[in-house]
Amino acid sequence: MNTKPWKHPLGQAAIVVVLAYVLFEWGIWLLPPLFGVASAPVPATVVLQYMGTVVVGVLIWVSDSEERWKQFKAPIHRVMVDPRQKVLRTALMVTIPLLVAFMTFDRVRPTVSAPAALRSVHPAPPGQIDFRGETMVLNGLENPLRHEGDLEEHYEEGKRIYVQNCMPCHGDALDGQGHFASAFNPAPLSFQDPGTIVQLTESFVFWRIAKGGPGLPREATPWDSAMPAWEDLLTAEEIWQVTIYLYEQTGWEPRTWEEEGAEGEEH
Amino acid sequence: MLPGVEITSERNVPKPGMTWRSGAGPILLLGALVLLVMAEPAFAQVPAGRDYGDFPVIGGRAAVWVAAQVHLLFAAFVLGVPMFAVVTEAIGMFGGDERYDKLSKEFTRLLLVAYSATAIWGGILLFLLVTIYPTLFSYLAQIFNLSMWIYVGLFFFESFTLYLYYYGWDRWKKGRAKWFHWGLGIALNVWGTIVMFIANGWLTYMMSPPADVTVDTAPQMVQLWSALTNATWMPINIHRLIANVVFGGAVVGAYAAYRFLAAKSDEERAHYDWMGYVGNMIAIGALIVLPFAGYWLGREIYEFNQQMGITMMGGFMSWLWIIQAFLIGILFLAGNYYLWVGMGRIPGAERFMPYTKYMLAVLIVGVIVWATPNTMIASREEFAAMGGTHHPFLSVLGLMSGKNTAVNFMILTTFLSFLLYRRANKEPVVPWARTGTIVQGAIFVVASAIVLFYGIYGYMVPTLVRIGFSVYQVLTVLACIIGVITIDLLMLRGATSRGEIQWGRMPQRSQYALFILAVTFTWLMGLMGFARSGIRQHWHVFEVIRDTSPWAATPALGYSSVVISACVLIFFGLVAFIFWLGSLAEKPVISSAGRASAAGGIQSELQPAPSEG
Repeated sequence: MNTKPWKHPLGQAAIVVVLAYVLFEWGIWLLPPLFGVASAPVPATVVLQYMGTVVVGVLIWVSDSEERWKQFKAPIHRVMVDPRQKVLRTALMVTIPLLVAFMTFDRVRPTVSAPAALRSVHPAPPGQIDFRGETMVLNGLENPLRHEGDLEEHYEEGKRIYVQNCMPCHGDALDGQGHFASAFNPAPLSFQDPGTIVQLTESFVFWRIAKGGPGLPREATPWDSAMPAWEDLLTAEEIWQVTIYLYEQTGWEPRTWEEEGAEGEEH
Repeated sequence: MLPGVEITSERNVPKPGMTWRSGAGPILLLGALVLLVMAEPAFAQVPAGRDYGDFPVIGGRAAVWVAAQVHLLFAAFVLGVPMFAVVTEAIGMFGGDERYDKLSKEFTRLLLVAYSATAIWGGILLFLLVTIYPTLFSYLAQIFNLSMWIYVGLFFFESFTLYLYYYGWDRWKKGRAKWFHWGLGIALNVWGTIVMFIANGWLTYMMSPPADVTVDTAPQMVQLWSALTNATWMPINIHRLIANVVFGGAVVGAYAAYRFLAAKSDEERAHYDWMGYVGNMIAIGALIVLPFAGYWLGREIYEFNQQMGITMMGGFMSWLWIIQAFLIGILFLAGNYYLWVGMGRIPGAERFMPYTKYMLAVLIVGVIVWATPNTMIASREEFAAMGGTHHPFLSVLGLMSGKNTAVNFMILTTFLSFLLYRRANKEPVVPWARTGTIVQGAIFVVASAIVLFYGIYGYMVPTLVRIGFSVYQVLTVLACIIGVITIDLLMLRGATSRGEIQWGRMPQRSQYALFILAVTFTWLMGLMGFARSGIRQHWHVFEVIRDTSPWAATPALGYSSVVISACVLIFFGLVAFIFWLGSLAEKPVISSAGRASAAGGIQSELQPAPSEG
């Protein structure tokens, strides 16, 4: 039998679990910035999810071979039944329930922060909306300005509208880092992110600009978007123009309608 | 003066308190008749006046939900099992191996009780629908009445074909009679498939009614054929057809695991070890093609209605897909685990065991990527730290490119596990064996490179182009599977054996992997069925018949998970009873097979004997 802990299946399993935790808790947060890639702390729910997967993987590894499984169990079995291990056994019997009790307490104790929430950032758009008293069918709707007038002019006009109205929150680089951005939680959307406007048709973007946070459907709760409803301040043409600006400036292609149907973004 | 005249004159003078008795009878009678005629539609409307019934404690919707779900689970079982009962019977017939014939009969024995359970739950569902959703049921019945009668007729045929199939097994055992018996098995599948297609027409109509059906369309005006063959009908048919095979395989695997753990002799253990292996291989084999059918269904839903599609994939229901990713990850892990542990009973497999940890690493990374949510559950502080709802680094894993790549690698890895398992005790004798193995390896490398390339390139192209990439990835994996298995079949012709598989010498813990597979499949069916049905939101028939009941709101994920878990528990509680009945009915027919296998004589069809040409 191997005496060095890192050569024993139980020790190796423990090392893998600890390393995985370090990677998920701090590695993903701190390593990418060393290479110039943005990152942030990983939410606790995601760390839990990842750790659950790793622990299952470790259990599979230690038990897929009879010999390794016996080696893995041997020290656990010894601690549980060997009279000479009484002190360690007792210590574990006290420590583990205490640890679980503390974790339970920590989880349920009242705090001042709101509980973790699931928020749907891409709620399904309605089939049609009411825009300034007129019904606008969103299904299959294209940006009409892509086929009318000069695209360059629309872009320039969209730029002007963006700078006047959107830039303070969404930023001059369209990265959600405007002057006011830090005042909002959740922060304004970054249009540079590959998970935002590139996933959407222009009609969806029109709907979100026109109706803003107040027009979010109930499924998008918690309803805490600070985005104003711009339909009272901008005309339809202006919203289409600023939509053109968003896509042209970020370099993303808007999602288009296809005749055979389309597949959605997975979450 | 005639008394009558006098009377008449008196009648002409109205008197206080004059009533019908004073001669208004005929007029009132006429009036009553008129009223009756006018009231007939009103009488007809009586049921419509009571749109919804109720059910104690859990409410009407949950009652119908549970009944529908448990009925569906049994229906999937009784449709899935006959498919491979017929296939295994054919293997026994054409291969001359009686073990398969007996295995097939044992499957069918399970069907008898499961069939009754299906019918009972179907009846419960029907009565609940009629009493809780009378108006909706009346509407559907007006459209689908003819198909409902055909459905019942086919159900009748199906039942009696099943009885003939099972009870005639030993009578029609030889020669032409055996062919007749096999024909009964095929007929059983044909009836069952048509029955399922009809029922699918009803439920898909509620999801995707034809475009010309509107709120104002009277049900009598809806054409039956166009209602049945709606936009999502055929994708659901195909998806369910394949899923039933998967489910049937998984439940048979669970049955074998139960019998393995309860076995008293080595013969029994050997038999049920082999049966579990066959069930598992059928389930995992069919599972590999299931995502393609699901993909088609998803596309059709999007094409039918974008709002529905986004609700399903990007909106309210999107978290179900994370749960689905987890559960399918569990399926992959459990399926591979079963194979890896099973390699412990195959002489020669030890040379492949060192590689399993790398395959496990690929699977774990695959599950992590696949289950990474694009929209994370986080506290406000965590949202603030991330600078939004998207994690700046991990959000790339939440997109389709990353997920498709992960799942394709998981399929490739599972296929590799199967390949190693298959080759474990074989020693190829063809002179080009080394070259063949190198070519197989090269195919794996090229396929992996293509999958990875499209996965990364997908981040650089518009969404619609990226969607097309997933087709290339899938085709690459399929081509890899077909190419490698073809070479393998040719390469192992006449291969020598390193030793026979020691059926029955399987650790007990491996059998729990089979239970996990069955439970996970069942859970998945419930969860994804909820997604499919729930995207109608507050409509009974999407954008045609509005749900005005107290339960019109789409249920929250937590509540739905509880209801679905309850369905899974009810189903497995009943299935456990059926398994137990199966063990009561008769002793397993393992005398020859079991002995042969215990002596190391069993070679499954998926594991052809080395001496076979």
